[in-house]
Amino acid sequence: MANVVVVTSGKGGVGKTTTTAALGTALAQTGQTVAVVDFDVGLRNLDLVLGAERRVVYDLINVVQGAAKLQQALIRDKRIETLWLLPASQTRDKDALTDEGVARVIDELRQRFDWVLCDSPAGIERGAQLAMRHADAAVIVTNPEVSSVRDSDRIIGLLDAKTERAERGERIAKHILVTRFDPARAARGEMLGIADILEILSLPLLGIIPESQEVLRASNLGTPVVLSDPASAPARAYTEAARRLEGEDVEIVIPAEKRGLFTKLFGRRAA
Amino acid sequence: MRTAVNSKPRPRPVRFRGRSYMAFALAPELPVADWLADIDGALGRSPGFFAGRPAVLDLAGLTLAPTEIAAMIKELEARGIRIMGLEGGDAAVLGSELPPLLTSGRGVATSESAPEPAPDPAPEPAPVTRPSRPTAQTGSLTVDMPVRSGQTIYHPHGDIIVLGAVSSGAEVVAGGSIHIYGALRGRAMAGANGDRRARIFCRKIEAELLAISGYYRTVDDLDVSLRNRPIQAWLDGETMLIAALD
Ligand SMILES: Nc1ncnc2c1ncn2[C@@H]1O[C@H](COP(=O)(O)OP(=O)(O)O)[C@@H](O)[C@H]1O
Ligand SMILES: [Mg+2]
Repeated sequence: MANVVVVTSGKGGVGKTTTTAALGTALAQTGQTVAVVDFDVGLRNLDLVLGAERRVVYDLINVVQGAAKLQQALIRDKRIETLWLLPASQTRDKDALTDEGVARVIDELRQRFDWVLCDSPAGIERGAQLAMRHADAAVIVTNPEVSSVRDSDRIIGLLDAKTERAERGERIAKHILVTRFDPARAARGEMLGIADILEILSLPLLGIIPESQEVLRASNLGTPVVLSDPASAPARAYTEAARRLEGEDVEIVIPAEKRGLFTKLFGRRAA
Repeated sequence: MRTAVNSKPRPRPVRFRGRSYMAFALAPELPVADWLADIDGALGRSPGFFAGRPAVLDLAGLTLAPTEIAAMIKELEARGIRIMGLEGGDAAVLGSELPPLLTSGRGVATSESAPEPAPDPAPEPAPVTRPSRPTAQTGSLTVDMPVRSGQTIYHPHGDIIVLGAVSSGAEVVAGGSIHIYGALRGRAMAGANGDRRARIFCRKIEAELLAISGYYRTVDDLDVSLRNRPIQAWLDGETMLIAALD
């Protein structure tokens, strides 16, 4: 029985799709079976980040509406054989997703995989609520800025109210993943620090993904960053986050500002 | 693949659901122009005060013609205050152009995930002389998780205790006092039904708004020396006082 995880944020462009692809790949690399599901109907791009856009035949809406079988729509990754994608439709309207249809598809995925990761659309409306509806756990993707943190706070309120588990009086496991973290800007006070974010959201931290050109390069190549350059800082951060999601206790180090030559030579600046 | 067929809809039974909301009740005073000027003053100090919250116009004790009421509603709408209903007027006089006349106003507001107070235990046949027990309604409401942005906790007949932070964009409204064992970053409104003895306590003040029995202060009127400290707020006559607790 799968662990169903929603990757959500409220705000758009914070790194949900990048995170879904990276965590899904990292989990699948350990040999576990993983389905990543694109709920961003009309703006699909999980297929692009995974380099599977030319292989899409059927999509989530076809399966929800019963026009295609789940196994017809699932696309197996060419590099990692335990990773599967259920793409979103680019042309259909998100209203084509029915509550019952989504429940049935998630249920079927739950039987067949170890992990089901749902990439949520932005916003707090129906699309985002459908993506979180059946989740057992949530990864709340937050950028170190006030508006993103506030939207995350709003989404956390919905996770505690509008999910199936919440309605049964249970809680869902919630983790904060800080992405696009720029240590230099945080040090200069131009971005919120990790402590500020955690104080406001008061939830455990799953990881800190640094801002990195490598992420952009990887998604343009259609290769998740954990595969394109496994030694890079964002790849290592995602791999460790995936281990924490599995329940492993991995220490979190807040990325520090890279010291320039000047400070290397003359030691620490006086505070 | 076919999309939905455009067939003629079959008649279906109409379903109704009851819902209660919280609204501000505004009681205009004469002369109306002066009262509107007071509202302008209040909005100047706290521009977002009425944002997103419907209001009810309480006409009790006033004799205004429907045209005068309509003009007042226009004035309020120009200030971003939407009047969803009237109270205390005479239905025969008002006519159908104005918002509907509401009665039995005391409804309980919805909140996205506010824990419901425990239901009353099954009533026992009580001896006539026995003092009435406080029900869950008049007791305090304890919220054991943070109040998140977009949520409202509303408890009209008692105190609210929050064991966590109240986020920016969240709101706690109590008939009695409010106790927050965390940071207050959103709005807290105590004494919402007019209890002037209600107080607000919090462990760390970064609030957007504090109100007691309708008297309020915003972040901007907060003494900078108090920021981020534990405080209590109470009413002294018509002035809200705020003092550090540490
Ligand atoms: N750690 C990062 N460093 C640099 N760019 C990033 C990082 N994470 C995401 N991005 C970029 O930000 C943009 C939005 O990311 P995406 O995952 O599509 O966000 P969302 O799904 O939340 O809308 C993309 O161009 C992506 O490449
Ligand atoms: Mg996306």
